[in-house]
Amino acid sequence: MNFNVDERGYYGEFGGAYIPEMMYSDIKELKDNYIKILDDEKFKDEFHSLLKHYVGRPSPLFFASRLSSYHGTKIFLKREDLNHTGAHKINNTIGQILIAKSLGKSRIIAETGAGQHGVATATVCALMGMKCIVFMGQTDIERQSPNVLRMKMLGAEVIAVTSGNKTLKDATNEAIRDWIGNPVDTYYIIGSVVGPHPYPDLVTRLQSVISEEMKLQVREVSGKENPDYIIACVGGGSNAIGSFYHYLTNEHVKLIAVEAGGKGIKSGETAATMVMGRPGIIHGSRTMLMQTDDGQITEPYSISAGLDYPGIGPIHSYLHKLKRVIFDNVTDDEALEAAFRLTRLEGIVPALESAHALAWLGKHRFNKEDVVVVTISGRGDKDMDTYIKYMEKGIFNL
Amino acid sequence: MNRIDKLFRQKTGNILSVYFTAGYPKLDSTVGIIKALENAGADMIEIGIPFSDPMADGPVIQRSNERALKNGMTLNLLFDQLNNIRDEVKIPLLLMGYLNPVIQFGVENFCLKCSETGIDGIIIPDLPPLIYSEQYFSVFNHYDLYNILLVSPQSSDERIFAIDKISRGFIYIVSSSSITGTKDKFTDTQISYFRRIQEMNLKNPGLIGFGISNRETFVVAGQYSRGGIIGSAFVKVIGQEGNLNENVSQFISNLKEK
Ligand SMILES: Cc1ncc(COP(=O)(O)O)c(C=O)c1O
Repeated sequence: MNFNVDERGYYGEFGGAYIPEMMYSDIKELKDNYIKILDDEKFKDEFHSLLKHYVGRPSPLFFASRLSSYHGTKIFLKREDLNHTGAHKINNTIGQILIAKSLGKSRIIAETGAGQHGVATATVCALMGMKCIVFMGQTDIERQSPNVLRMKMLGAEVIAVTSGNKTLKDATNEAIRDWIGNPVDTYYIIGSVVGPHPYPDLVTRLQSVISEEMKLQVREVSGKENPDYIIACVGGGSNAIGSFYHYLTNEHVKLIAVEAGGKGIKSGETAATMVMGRPGIIHGSRTMLMQTDDGQITEPYSISAGLDYPGIGPIHSYLHKLKRVIFDNVTDDEALEAAFRLTRLEGIVPALESAHALAWLGKHRFNKEDVVVVTISGRGDKDMDTYIKYMEKGIFNL
Repeated sequence: MNRIDKLFRQKTGNILSVYFTAGYPKLDSTVGIIKALENAGADMIEIGIPFSDPMADGPVIQRSNERALKNGMTLNLLFDQLNNIRDEVKIPLLLMGYLNPVIQFGVENFCLKCSETGIDGIIIPDLPPLIYSEQYFSVFNHYDLYNILLVSPQSSDERIFAIDKISRGFIYIVSSSSITGTKDKFTDTQISYFRRIQEMNLKNPGLIGFGISNRETFVVAGQYSRGGIIGSAFVKVIGQEGNLNENVSQFISNLKEK
């Protein structure tokens, strides 16, 4: 089975590049060059050197013994939260800024939800001396304020987006509009495996470093050749595909993608695309999409800004259809509880997004000897306001 | 004969095409605006199908889309509203919108409805020429619906020729690298791009759109192509207070008269 994108930019029926003519030249330039650049020895050296010395890779695979006892299995945490800037997002921005440089671009734009991708983009722009503009929904600016301040300190201009639901989808629309208006000097660093081809494939390749490292680490830390499970949260799906990538063709490994259930599927206030969605087009890609009967994209809801997206990367729609990856979802409350549990049992405060992956541990019966890898996509610093609010209410004083 | 072809045969220059969003400012404004435009002397009308995420549109059209959706506009309702439009309106009518609502409606069903309603052409900015020609050309053709394709300043000559080859009706010349919105003047770079296209002697006529807001820009559009398309500036007008018919007729006559 082949899970790679085909020549035309599709994963089965999903993907493609549904873009207006005004974006054609930029997308074509990227499409014609990205593989060449990624395969170039100079790029590889620079990318791996920065991942090692700047980001701090490889990120550890940590055996969480108390959490393991709690769940009655063997749990290993892939610590993307320990990366510079605190999430997996920087694996992608390091790669894309090098691509932007090699294409001769000088102005960088990005969208952000939780602010992690915005921070990771602002960081590499500071590192490379490039101009950086980040589009962020007004709702997200309010709920992720520490990241907004960090981006500003890093020298980025943060533009508040007030259209639609004022979250990630709307920020992405605005970044696309900016790119249409600035086709020559600007490069768009997209933050997940979404958008028109070749972005989903490009970001997949850059994030695949997560599972590349896992392959060595699982052997070393668990003694088993393969994990039995890999669990990751999905917004657009970049940390999940990065965690799954090198195991896609290995059928012994069960791959679990956890979406944000919000207040529950039945409440309608959810971001669980695979349950609520059907194929449609969002941000230039044909993929599973939350929409009305009339084809209007609906506003998702999740407590976690990074998972609050009505679509999902086209590769995930394909993996879902092939049943290679199991998609499930957990609610806000389940995620919060899992975040507090990890904090108390292991001394690690996870991002709200990552807490969704952790919460799935409570929804499944594992064998004692199973090796279960959970990707901690980011750390919880940005979510402290939310956590404190729930702590003060006394709900999660475990 | 398709009404678009008839128009370009009968009128050689200064063709005025006007865009507005269906269901804006009121849910039932659509038909009244179409009639007012024809009476005021518009040559062609692009009726916008509102969409939640209009990625190629600027703030004015974004807001009209949001409003229209809040008002309850849907594609089904739009076809109902336009049911008897051909009893009165003779000028070419196009639908303009994004691909997702059309796909969810069903492309074949959409074309059938367009044909029954008397729609002459479609403009779908996020339907790329290649996907159109491979997947949708035959069904559009079956219903004699013209799919109007866009060219932009970034489009190479080679690509413009390729787009011309699969186009029918006319080519939508996007005036600048930008989303929709209004500008007071065209720059020298834009003018040289218009010249470039003019000198290519395409088989299809062209209309310049995006950024046309006043008489000055409309006249320039007419010098370098067969005419101009007005969107945001007109949407602003119908959003204003006062008598809709008077506002429309005044706006159109200001554009056309010296
Ligand atoms: C920590 C963290 N995890 C996960 C995500 C979700 O993105 P993706 O699904 O692309 O990994 C985000 C997005 O902002 C994030 O900040």
